[in-house]
Amino acid sequence: MNTLVSNAKPSSILYLDGVSVSFDGFKALNALSFVIEPGELRAIIGPNGAGKTTMMDIITGKTRPDSGEVFFKGTIDLTQKDEAEIAQLGIGRKFQKPTVFESHTVWDNLELALNRKRGVFSTLFYRLTAGDKARIEEILSTVRLMNRKDDLAANLSHGQKQWLEIGMLLAQEPELLLVDEPVAGMTDAETAETAILLKEIAKTRSVVVVEHDMGFIRDLGVKVTCLAEGSVLAEGSIDFVSADQKVIENYLGR
Amino acid sequence: MITSFLAKALGRNIVITVAILLALAALVPALNLLTAPDHPLHVPTYIVSLFGKYLTYALLALALDLVWGFCGILSLGHAAFFALGGYAMGMYLMRQIGARGSYGNPLLPDFMVFLNWKELPWFWQGFDMFWFAALMAVLVPGLLAFVFGWFAFRSRVNGVYLSIITQAMTFALLLAFFRNDMGFGGNNGLTDFKDILGFNIQSNGTRSALFAASAIALALSLVVTSGIVRSKYGKILVGVRDAESRTRFLGYRVEHMKLFAFVVSAMMAGVAGALYVPQVGIINPGEFEPANSIEVVIWTAVGGRGTLIGPIVGAILVNGGKSVFTAAFPEFWLFALGGLFVLVTLFLPRGIVGTARQFFERRKEYRKAKAVEEARAFAAAEPQAAE
Ligand SMILES: Nc1ncnc2c1ncn2[C@@H]1O[C@H](COP(=O)(O)OP(=O)(O)O)[C@@H](O)[C@H]1O
Ligand SMILES: [Mg+2]
Repeated sequence: MNTLVSNAKPSSILYLDGVSVSFDGFKALNALSFVIEPGELRAIIGPNGAGKTTMMDIITGKTRPDSGEVFFKGTIDLTQKDEAEIAQLGIGRKFQKPTVFESHTVWDNLELALNRKRGVFSTLFYRLTAGDKARIEEILSTVRLMNRKDDLAANLSHGQKQWLEIGMLLAQEPELLLVDEPVAGMTDAETAETAILLKEIAKTRSVVVVEHDMGFIRDLGVKVTCLAEGSVLAEGSIDFVSADQKVIENYLGR
Repeated sequence: MITSFLAKALGRNIVITVAILLALAALVPALNLLTAPDHPLHVPTYIVSLFGKYLTYALLALALDLVWGFCGILSLGHAAFFALGGYAMGMYLMRQIGARGSYGNPLLPDFMVFLNWKELPWFWQGFDMFWFAALMAVLVPGLLAFVFGWFAFRSRVNGVYLSIITQAMTFALLLAFFRNDMGFGGNNGLTDFKDILGFNIQSNGTRSALFAASAIALALSLVVTSGIVRSKYGKILVGVRDAESRTRFLGYRVEHMKLFAFVVSAMMAGVAGALYVPQVGIINPGEFEPANSIEVVIWTAVGGRGTLIGPIVGAILVNGGKSVFTAAFPEFWLFALGGLFVLVTLFLPRGIVGTARQFFERRKEYRKAKAVEEARAFAAAEPQAAE
């Protein structure tokens, strides 16, 4: 289809081409195509209902596309795999609503997320090694939760839960991280810290961030893709995208 | 590997409960067998069997707690696994009768002679051996749970739909076991047992031994379930209960996690059923009644779901209450049970043990906070004293 997109396929970390999906006749995604390069940090913006979360559902195997191609690292067809397989391949996902294990401690949340053998028997007889302990401690300090490590996740503030979830994704050691509206409901200070955290994380892996907060997007200072009605409206720097007539009409102007 | 699993399993409350169970396993038979009937500490045989039965109910409730309390699978069909274990044991006990039945047939149980059957059906082969029957009491419920769970969990049947199909499962088995041509004694089930492993099933010694076996089986199962729920696997189960999709997106195969717990739980229920039948002397299709499975849920809820010890306490208390209550007002038991469930759900959602635990934790936190405050007040007062 889109030759520009298909040429990029072999070297990309994530490749979507002509992805469409409808729910009861409503086209949530309409021939969506874009490419993420290895190591890239990409911001995705767009009005409510544009299909941003649905796009993540497709990439992570929660929803099957009606048509179109989704490839990870150029060759792995994600439309043929389920959530657990895709997670094991190295794609981590942060939900729009912070989702952590509330009745476990912060420490246990990270221990469960750690990228180790995930079968019934290997987890039944799992023992915390010195290496795993060090790794969890490292993540705890990255997400600034060291002093809360023995508290139940249920007792964290909203912002801390968001960070814990990001910490869990780090423990998963994904090559590609999908982050859905990480700063929704955060204070300005927390938002700024989250931008720093994400930039830090993006140094060692590819990250796709969906966000509404334009200030936050500017802080990130990366390439932006604007979605509307299930397809790409514009792509480029934040200044380029926000100057685009269609973007102003569909999103910024509203 | 195994030792670390066990070390984790043995929390303080578990050790205490196991110790109590093992003490009962020794003490109750001793008081039954070694004291004269008029001795003040004598435990009559009917009490031994009654409490032996409660212990098997407690084991069934513990089994349910593993899947319901820790994994959120509200099985309304656990009595089916219990009944299957019971039937396996009942078949052994039937074959032990031998030529002593009313018809005197050395091979065929009475009901088969009555139905004019000429030979033993293939699925009754091997049940003359205790070890085989004991194995089947565990394997058959485990296999049913495996097949059922494989399909249900793969198709992601959840919540109330899953509960409904577990009810359908036990109801289907109820209808099947009612049929005479199924070969399990139909409506009357299996009864008139004579002996077990060569010992008279009615004797005080056998009754005491069955009580002790039930207590030991419960203690062992408690250690195993505790080990399971305290392992990393157990934490994943709780994760599945609270945020299933998060578990999936972390790369865990939720259907495998559920399946393992469900199969282990069904096997434990089968053991409970196998210990139940020789103590009550009969197994019939009534054990598959959907209401039976619902009662197990009530015991578990009353004692405290997700606490392991709670279901044991709940099963013994509710059934003790049932024995007393039905003696006085037999018609009203179901109303009382329903009322109890409503009251517990409304006012004691964590059950007896869960609420007690919460109370002690709150008190600990309060004391800790108070100690910190006092230390602070003391530190503030200190410089003045120095002046
Ligand atoms: N599972 C679903 N069933 C039906 N409609 C859905 C489903 N998922 C998403 N949609 C619809 O698809 C559209 C896109 O939703 P979503 O991807 O959540 O948008 P965004 O995240 O960009 O706000 C919305 O109109 C939403 O109602
Ligand atoms: Mg969304």
